[in-house]
Amino acid sequence: MPLGLIGKKLGHTRVYDSNGNMTPVTVVLVGPNRVLQVKTKSSKDGYDAVQLGFDDQKEQRLTKPVLGHIKKFNGTAVKRIKEFRDFSRDVKPGDVVSADLFEVGQFVDCIGTTKGRGFEGVVGRWSFRGGDMTHGAKGWHRRAGAIGCRLFPGHVNRGQKMPGHMGQDRRTSQNLEIIQVRKDDNLLLIKGGFPGSEGEYVIVREAKKIAIASARFKMIQEMRKKAKDGAADKKEKKAGAKAAAKKK
Amino acid sequence: MDMNKGALFDKIEMEQYRKEPVKFSVGDSVRVHTKVVEGDKERIQIFAGVVIGKRGRGLNETFTVRRISYGEGVERVFPIHSPRVDKVDVERQGAVRRAKLTYLRGRIGKGATAVKEKAREQVAAKAK
Repeated sequence: MPLGLIGKKLGHTRVYDSNGNMTPVTVVLVGPNRVLQVKTKSSKDGYDAVQLGFDDQKEQRLTKPVLGHIKKFNGTAVKRIKEFRDFSRDVKPGDVVSADLFEVGQFVDCIGTTKGRGFEGVVGRWSFRGGDMTHGAKGWHRRAGAIGCRLFPGHVNRGQKMPGHMGQDRRTSQNLEIIQVRKDDNLLLIKGGFPGSEGEYVIVREAKKIAIASARFKMIQEMRKKAKDGAADKKEKKAGAKAAAKKK
Repeated sequence: MDMNKGALFDKIEMEQYRKEPVKFSVGDSVRVHTKVVEGDKERIQIFAGVVIGKRGRGLNETFTVRRISYGEGVERVFPIHSPRVDKVDVERQGAVRRAKLTYLRGRIGKGATAVKEKAREQVAAKAK
């Protein structure tokens, strides 16, 4: 996981983009993120990573082990700690990173915890159709129906969709565009919505897939350009040769 | 966090607002100058008609302009704070007693665009 930040979802609003289109955005408070520990491959950790802390907290509210860990790197007490692997920015413990880690137009993945729905039936949880509400239906409205076969196979299939606890899961929304970076207020304005209720802690990181896709796209584009330039050069040379021949 | 959440949102939204507020009311005949992008060129297109309603609040506020184009009624909805709306000229102020002029839709011919003009004294008084 390269660049990333811990943030807090503040809410939603809308802004006009550079083309004058109204764009819905999620406002995320992403700073200040304090660098706690920097792990390197050469040290005993054996891998590169940066540990970030977010949202300042009273020391008395932390457990002693966590506080001890923070004190070890002379950090300040924070509510949330998260490690980012292969952080592509040079930082050292005590540094503060913030919204300007990202730029406008960049794509990010946002990780949040979906809203908890409690114990939910199959209609809500799995979008089962249920039964008729009318036409003489009696007491069979939001049920699941049959869940298996008969003597063979003699058991209910694994993964059978049934009622149960829904929501409050970690979920990632991929490839969301950054519309604005507001350094003064430590805010990111990210296009559209993503999982998590307002006031919830979220993780914003560089888009995994777009990074790969855009790198590949760039490579192909360069190759094409090279091929095109090559062809153009050849053509020019040919034309030049022809003109020279004509002159003669 | 130094500012509270409401203040932060206000700050974000205030930036989106039009610098000079447009002044017109329902019933006015207006000319809306809209920016149209064709290819890489930008030009101004004018949509002239009667304002038949306003809705929404703050950044979401929109207004509807109705005109008769080649015998066909056309309505366009503009967000008031949209950067694509360059400016709004008021040609004449209408004297109406309703917030929404949907009754114009049912009208055919001359009556479809005719909104009584505001009496001169009224306009002058308002200007003062």
